[in-house]
Amino acid sequence: MMSSFLFRAMDAKAGLFLAILGAAIVLIPAGNLLVPETSPFHVPTYAVTLMGKYLTYALLALAVDLVWGYCGILSLGHAAFFALGGYAMGMYLMRQIGTRGVYGDPVLPDFMVFLNWEHLPWYWYGFDMFWFAALMVLLVPGALAFVFGWFAFRSRVTGVYLSIITQALTYALLLAFFRNDMGFGGNNGLTDFKDILGFDIQADTTRAGLFAASGLALVLCFLICRSITRSKLGKVLVAVRDAESRTRFLGYRVEHYKLFVWTLSAMMAGIAGALYVPQVGIINPGEFAPANSIEVVIWVAVGGRGTLVGAVLGAVLINFAKTWFTAALPDVWLFALGGLFVVVTLFLPKGIVGTLSSGWTALRQRKISARYEAGSDQPPSPAPHSPGAAANVSPRTENTAPNASGAAKPQPAE
Amino acid sequence: MSFLKSLFLILGLVTGAIASPALAQSEPETLRPLINELAKGKYAETEQQIGALAATGDPAVAPALKALSEGDLFFRKSDGAVFIAEKQGKSYNLTDPLTLETAGEAGRREVKKIKVNNKLRRVIRSALGSLTLMASDPKVRRQAAVAIFKAKDPDGIEALDVALAAEEDEGVRRVMEQARAAAVLNSDLDETQKLDAVATLSDMGNRDALSLLLSVRASSEGAVQSAASDAVTKIEKSIAAWDAAQNIWYGVSLGSVLLLAAIGLAITFGVMGVINMAHGEMVMIGAYTTFVVQDVIRTSMPGLFEYSLFIALPLAFIVAGLIGIAIERGVIRWLYGRPLETLLATWGISLILQQAVRSIFGPTNREVGNPDWMSGAFELGQMTITYNRMWIIVFALLVFAGLMLVLKKTPFGLYTRAVTQNRRMAASMGIRTPWIDALTFGLGSGIAGIAGVALSQIDNVSPNLGQGYIIDSFMVVVFGGVGNLWGTLVGAMTLGVVNKFLEPYAGAVLGKIFVLVFIILFIQKRPRGLFALKGRAVEA
Repeated sequence: MMSSFLFRAMDAKAGLFLAILGAAIVLIPAGNLLVPETSPFHVPTYAVTLMGKYLTYALLALAVDLVWGYCGILSLGHAAFFALGGYAMGMYLMRQIGTRGVYGDPVLPDFMVFLNWEHLPWYWYGFDMFWFAALMVLLVPGALAFVFGWFAFRSRVTGVYLSIITQALTYALLLAFFRNDMGFGGNNGLTDFKDILGFDIQADTTRAGLFAASGLALVLCFLICRSITRSKLGKVLVAVRDAESRTRFLGYRVEHYKLFVWTLSAMMAGIAGALYVPQVGIINPGEFAPANSIEVVIWVAVGGRGTLVGAVLGAVLINFAKTWFTAALPDVWLFALGGLFVVVTLFLPKGIVGTLSSGWTALRQRKISARYEAGSDQPPSPAPHSPGAAANVSPRTENTAPNASGAAKPQPAE
Repeated sequence: MSFLKSLFLILGLVTGAIASPALAQSEPETLRPLINELAKGKYAETEQQIGALAATGDPAVAPALKALSEGDLFFRKSDGAVFIAEKQGKSYNLTDPLTLETAGEAGRREVKKIKVNNKLRRVIRSALGSLTLMASDPKVRRQAAVAIFKAKDPDGIEALDVALAAEEDEGVRRVMEQARAAAVLNSDLDETQKLDAVATLSDMGNRDALSLLLSVRASSEGAVQSAASDAVTKIEKSIAAWDAAQNIWYGVSLGSVLLLAAIGLAITFGVMGVINMAHGEMVMIGAYTTFVVQDVIRTSMPGLFEYSLFIALPLAFIVAGLIGIAIERGVIRWLYGRPLETLLATWGISLILQQAVRSIFGPTNREVGNPDWMSGAFELGQMTITYNRMWIIVFALLVFAGLMLVLKKTPFGLYTRAVTQNRRMAASMGIRTPWIDALTFGLGSGIAGIAGVALSQIDNVSPNLGQGYIIDSFMVVVFGGVGNLWGTLVGAMTLGVVNKFLEPYAGAVLGKIFVLVFIILFIQKRPRGLFALKGRAVEA
């Protein structure tokens, strides 16, 4: 059953994407480990780490695309789930340091020794075991998302209001994790990691392994997202996105659908964070910053919301640009990023992938109608399962009533 | 008979003017022989000479006495003239003790220190106390009384009695009575005197009185102790009330800052349905406008500094308003009815504006000065009220009232409301809706700009200024209820006061977290805020 579920995710486009990703997963580590350093095809370790980081960002973008692109929930707080997953992994890595810390305490991490803590706080128990930490990577963001979503969706907080309170959520966590007495290292966060699963975290092989793990996680999550969006469940999600009340009147328990994808998406973000931390070697409260969450939304918007592939593409492209700009022209980066936002929302509302794919669909339509007019074929029908075509339903339907929300405002109370 | 009593007897006999010590001012030259006397004789004689100096009742002798007690008073061996001397390398810088003008230098051997002992120091202190208690300037008299209150010196009682008899200023008189009460409680006077003193302190009712009374309660017995403990309970109650009042004041002050930051957003978000993430940057632009105005004033016309904020206000409104209009014309007008996309586009604009300011003014904080009327503080009962906070509260309320007037009473406000309620019908009635959109957005941005002028007085002016306020502003607007300026007012004040009441228990950061969580939960209960708009149109 599981295989048929995943099988549904496959088609030519997804196949192409997975082939590219699969090739990267195999070739990049191989280029790093097997090709000698003198060869022009050698991939330096820092590049492997960098691309591994991009893949975790891509996974985060994928999670945001699932809720925003398909369910219409614009989350400005996904960085919170990302960072929580990262902290869970960071706690595991912190416990693996053992006596190699600056203070050499076998149990307490350095910052706790520094702050004169006597015992390990109870919520650190179990994080010396990988399986427990891995479980927490899923459970902590998942539980937070479930509780938050449970309240928010049941009381029908939607649209802008939901976006703003997700922002409040991540901001509150940011403030909390900055406190020293939280037991998560205050503003320094967790760092100085040594081992993961017994392997040296700095070693080339470990780096390559982490890259491959990030790639595999991305592939797996992509398949899950794609099978969800192409199933009946996915159709209901799109219905919720485009006309929530109508879907509710048709008898669907909208909040259950929303809660399901929301929690799933938070867990994916948690996985992304957990893979991110060992590669960059630090997790600190800055990851909770609302600006981070908004940046993820941009990756998705640039790549094309509601396309999955677009989210991955947007994340990788923009982060590549960011790496390049911040090294070469640091002052220009914010201009470029800000400009990109404006340009994409104004001129490319469907994003790169969305625009390309609807262009492709339009081209095929024209060919078919040309053949139809020549009297040799069936009447044209819209291309089924075109994510790009589905994605542009939302802005257009909203657009039919210009200033819908503004026009809705009655006079302020006299 | 104590020294001071004899002193004042002499004073009374000599001048016959105890009732008006302020009259006892004399020319420096009549005092100089008295001061020069200090150079002669032994301790006992010096004591009398100090008495004679104090008897003049002239505050001009105070610096000399002060220098004497600190061992800085010297006399010149050649002519016996007395100076305040400060060691400078191998020689001394001389200062005239009466006029306080510099009087040249003297070698180490040319001058000799006038010696004092502890007994003399005490005498000098009392003499100084009484001199300043009789000074002609009420401020000096008040300070002298406060000093005695702090020292609780029983020796000061006589001086205070004399001064009280002469005192005409009601406020200074009260401080003197309190000082006397503090001194009485510290002396070995009889019980009735002490009971009176407790009553005086109990009326005083502040923390100083409380700590005094606490020590009295601990050290005394009988009627005084019970009176003291009654007074302590009474004062503790009144202090708690004043603390609450102070918290409310801080809360209102924070609330008015929130109101200023949020009110422009309430127009663009609440009235127009546009989520302006660049709103914080408009605030920042207002603050930088203030900086530029002050910079120009500093370099070209320093006399105008006191008025710099009044010059900055209209400029900030115009600059931020014009940028707002440009944003509306350039970007937002294509995105009406798609609030989530205005959010993304304006976020991009906010990044650009931040980086632009960083490129122009540099990434560091910029110094914005407070004019005199914005700095300092005054006491109201037991609350300390700083002028800058007070003016910001006043300013926030004025802005709110002004905005209300504009929206309710002007044709522009009428058009704005018409367009936001039914764009097509408004257009059919001949209202140029695109213009109204642009102007409304400009108004919201301009108000953010003048908020920036106010916030520049209490916050760092840096490229990140706006980021610090954007989340709070959204919380206020969402909490208060979108599309309702009264909701913004109530929301801002509520959040400000709640925050300040949480702070003593939870700390500033945790208090803020609680407020955020509270809003998240509140939104569940009332998804459309405190003052939700009702009716069918809302659901659309």
